[in-house]
Amino acid sequence: VVATGQASRPAGAPPAGGAATRRTRPPGRVFWVALAAPGMLWLILLFLVPFYAMLAIAAGQLNVILRSPVPAWNPLAWSRGNLMLVLHDIAGRGAFIGPIIVRTLGYVAIASAVSLLIGYPAAYFVARFAGRRKALFLVLLIAPFWISYMMRMLAWVDLLQNDGYANKVLGWVHIAPVNWLGGNPATVILGLVYGYIPYLILVLYAGLDRIDPALIEAGRDLGLGRTRTFVHVTLPLSRQPILTGMLITVLPMLGDYYTNQMLSGAAGTSMLGNVIDGQLQTPGLQGQGAVLSVLLLLVLLVPMIYYVVATNRSAREAG
Amino acid sequence: MTTTRAPALRPGQAASPARGGLRRRLPRRSPWGHPWFLEGFTWLYLIWSLVPIALAVLFSFNNGKSQSVWQGFSWRWYFSDPVNSVLHNPQLHAAVLQTVRLSVYTTAIAVPLGVAFALGINRWRGVLPGGFNFIMLLSFVVPELIFGVAMFFVFTVLFTQVKLGTLAETLALVTWNVSWPAIIVQARLATLGRQYEEAAADLGAGQLETMRRVTLPLLGPAIFASAVLVFSGVIDDFVLVDLLSSNAGNTPMSVLIYSNQRGGNGGPALNALGTIMLVMSLVIAVIGYIGYRWMTRGERGSRVAALTTIAGTD
Repeated sequence: VVATGQASRPAGAPPAGGAATRRTRPPGRVFWVALAAPGMLWLILLFLVPFYAMLAIAAGQLNVILRSPVPAWNPLAWSRGNLMLVLHDIAGRGAFIGPIIVRTLGYVAIASAVSLLIGYPAAYFVARFAGRRKALFLVLLIAPFWISYMMRMLAWVDLLQNDGYANKVLGWVHIAPVNWLGGNPATVILGLVYGYIPYLILVLYAGLDRIDPALIEAGRDLGLGRTRTFVHVTLPLSRQPILTGMLITVLPMLGDYYTNQMLSGAAGTSMLGNVIDGQLQTPGLQGQGAVLSVLLLLVLLVPMIYYVVATNRSAREAG
Repeated sequence: MTTTRAPALRPGQAASPARGGLRRRLPRRSPWGHPWFLEGFTWLYLIWSLVPIALAVLFSFNNGKSQSVWQGFSWRWYFSDPVNSVLHNPQLHAAVLQTVRLSVYTTAIAVPLGVAFALGINRWRGVLPGGFNFIMLLSFVVPELIFGVAMFFVFTVLFTQVKLGTLAETLALVTWNVSWPAIIVQARLATLGRQYEEAAADLGAGQLETMRRVTLPLLGPAIFASAVLVFSGVIDDFVLVDLLSSNAGNTPMSVLIYSNQRGGNGGPALNALGTIMLVMSLVIAVIGYIGYRWMTRGERGSRVAALTTIAGTD
């Protein structure tokens, strides 16, 4: 999924006489620096500086007349005002963000567990047993990856309307129609699963596909049955793909504000992303939105770094 | 990473006749038999995953205002309706154009930027380039909402010359997508090794000439695959363009679908918009797959490897 140039040379490539040629040739480092410089400058100006701007606004003040945030660029001038307001909203009296955080964690936990329960068997089947039909299955698994997220949510909006096909099917088996849209937590979780599962499956597939079939055959030859081979060989070897796959779905789910807006729109199903999005759109509350984003980033920084390091390592091992 | 190596290839998978012969003599088939339950489960998943989209496409042809009850076939939401069709409604067709515009701009900037960055970082070893590579990889995993919030603030309080709109959207999308070429090109560089460039240098080629006549042609498939991924990634993007668009003229399709459906202005015209996005993405995917297969035709590789590369997995 993520690889860097630090990956080692593949076994098939002949060893290049690096040391020998390097002596005969000027190092030419300026050339490589010049090539990397625009990208580095871009990352500074349009990746690092924006995050600092967000921090400066989180630690800044509010212009009470214009209701606009005043950034505090100098760390010595940082104020705790916004942070205190946010902490009060999270844990203080009449806090409204605290319950939303709990709800967000609940939705994300259920949605990712369901995604794993559906995604793992499908990825496992395609990686191990699809045989000659592998390309066909892969095309079908990859297809949702190419279809816009909003189109996929729209598809469920259509199906789940009161006169939609979901309720028609329920009618055939004499179940009363369900009000799916307009504040049903199950619908939001369904939307999250549907939205993010293709990414999980692709990561799981790539990881499971890399397992050497000889190891599984060894398990079989040593007399393990199908289930025990799976439990003792395949499952331990898929720990890494499961972890990275969960991260690649959980990270964006925690910042999701559109799935529940499309499928519910009710305050009773709003998530942390909705709070941040709402504060961003409301004059006077932008500083608090910045605080929440910074806090979320700090919490997620560890799993993000873990993800980058882990995928780097597995890329190196694969190379 | 499987651009050339296809490590995933298992015996019996390669289509070459020699392999087929070997396979017949040494059956590698599992004595456990085919897992029909797993296959059935996978098909059920695929049906659940794809049928709703097929129905949403169907409703874009509905001859009525409902998105859930079929009222007969028509093209009205694409072009025959004089007011609300994608062709005649200024908002709807502005959204189509904006999506195309953003995809072209972003691909044109992000791909050269990312390729140059990958080459430079890969060859100029050290702590500084390593650190920037790490930052680039972080940009790949940071939740889009947080990045979007940071971009929103930087354009509203610091780089205020950049107004919210097409320019802000493009700048944010470039940062968000530059990791595709950077990652894919570095993976390709790792598999290529340096022997071709060293041979060119030994034959007297300068650095620029080596770059132009050896390195870049070898990187062709990787650059092409990353351009495909960036282009389609921009078509599908929602969060950044939602936070950074300012008026109807710079609102792309994904945001228009979201805001209208949520605002109670739903209707088959939105399905038509979604179908147009879908067709655009699929055309790009098919071009990407065929182009990638053609560019790597001399190499050992498989349909499966091309598919996973074009999907950005690996």
